[in-house]
Amino acid sequence: MTMSEASPRLAPRPAGEDGGPVLSIRRLRKRFGSHEVLKGIDLDIPTGRVTFLIGPSGGGKSTVLRCVNFLEMPTAGDITFAGERLCHEENGKFRHAPEAVLRHARAQMPMVFQHFNLFSHRTVLENVIEGPVIVQKKPKAQAIEEARAVLKRVGLIEKCDAYPAQLSGGQKQRVAIARAVAMQPRLILFDEPTSALDPELVSGVLDTIRALAEEGRTMIVVSHEMGFARRLADRVHFVVDGVIAESGPPAQIFDAPENDRLKGFIRSILH
Amino acid sequence: MLDFFLVLIPKYMPFLLQGAVVTLELSLISMAAAIVIGLLVALGRLAPSRLLAGVLAAYVEIWRNVPLIVQLLVLYFSLPQFGVTLPGFWAGVLGLSLNVGAYLSEVFRAAIISIDVGQKDAGLSIGMSRVTVYSRVILPQALRIAVPTIGGYFISLLKDSSLVSYIAVNELLRNGTIVISNTFKSMEIYLMVAIVYFVMSFIAARLVVRVERWLTPAYLRVGTVELARGAVPA
Repeated sequence: MTMSEASPRLAPRPAGEDGGPVLSIRRLRKRFGSHEVLKGIDLDIPTGRVTFLIGPSGGGKSTVLRCVNFLEMPTAGDITFAGERLCHEENGKFRHAPEAVLRHARAQMPMVFQHFNLFSHRTVLENVIEGPVIVQKKPKAQAIEEARAVLKRVGLIEKCDAYPAQLSGGQKQRVAIARAVAMQPRLILFDEPTSALDPELVSGVLDTIRALAEEGRTMIVVSHEMGFARRLADRVHFVVDGVIAESGPPAQIFDAPENDRLKGFIRSILH
Repeated sequence: MLDFFLVLIPKYMPFLLQGAVVTLELSLISMAAAIVIGLLVALGRLAPSRLLAGVLAAYVEIWRNVPLIVQLLVLYFSLPQFGVTLPGFWAGVLGLSLNVGAYLSEVFRAAIISIDVGQKDAGLSIGMSRVTVYSRVILPQALRIAVPTIGGYFISLLKDSSLVSYIAVNELLRNGTIVISNTFKSMEIYLMVAIVYFVMSFIAARLVVRVERWLTPAYLRVGTVELARGAVPA
């Protein structure tokens, strides 16, 4: 995982997959009490591409993700997802779409969490079909068939009937990824997907994420795995103190950073 | 002694058992109502409305800090002032269920809070509504956690329902008192009452353990041995 590694795309993007941005964020602000975590984030997420958010802890990366799917209500700003305006400013007042619209949007951009957050009382298969059956109202038989196909791809088909408590951390995270993929989403949000894993379990999860990227899926990944970001990212944004301090392709961000904070961050990562 | 077994028990036990049936009815109906009250209060206190949460917190505090017997008397004698006349039995049910409901709300609240908030986020993040998150993710897990404690409260309720004898409900204890006032055999009759309570509680406690086991789902039954066997590194 050296920083001088070349960063070739692992596979060409499927043609016609990179139209306009699926997600546009303008002037996004988020305040918790008196603490302003996000101070005006502008971000476009191109369809079919992998976008990485990197930066020091507490810089606001995860908050960006949690505001995008409205697990946290933004304080100000505009968010447009798949052509639908989810929130905006009107006469200086912050307005957001009705809860039903936000819910519908969330179902199309599921999140993979640092701590997996599987439903403990449901088996692996039940975890994966929960969204398609309960939220998307798919027939159960069809959902099961699709879920089994997804579980096969993440290498956990033999664990269908296991409960989360019977899985290793890496397996849990791959189930969580399967649960997101089963929603047939337009965008997948990864919030530090390997940070809670034992070192030896990280690569299995990274391989799974890489395979999704190679399918041309649109993803935003918040990660501390810099080698992974360098190899997989189409675009990297450095988030610090609630703003995006520098953006660019991985080669620029990792090999020719301009921002002083970014330079310092990359130096600290290398040590 | 022989007199106790050969004469008193055959003569008075049937009347006491009639009371025991009322005791069981009181306890079962009150418990069912208390579970509903407790769950609603717990959910209400976790809802965003501060006013609602405050009112419900006040209810829980008041009912937990006044003796049950006093609650029953206040209820029984003050309801008619408001034009509500309840038969003793239903006044008893109301009193017992409000009392146990206050305690159970804390049991439910603790069980709900114990479910990792990440699962709520996960439910929301795949597009579930808050109601669906509660009904399909949080409550199925929380209720199972609460079952053993609820069982314990039922055993207590079975015995505490004897206080309802003070508001003229012909349950087990009061039937005993009636017999005593006719026979003056306090010791023997109270002993018989005690035996009946003991047998009912003893059986109920065993049943509660059964129900607990029956309700324990597979994911909680997974022992450490199976865990070790089931978990293969990714």
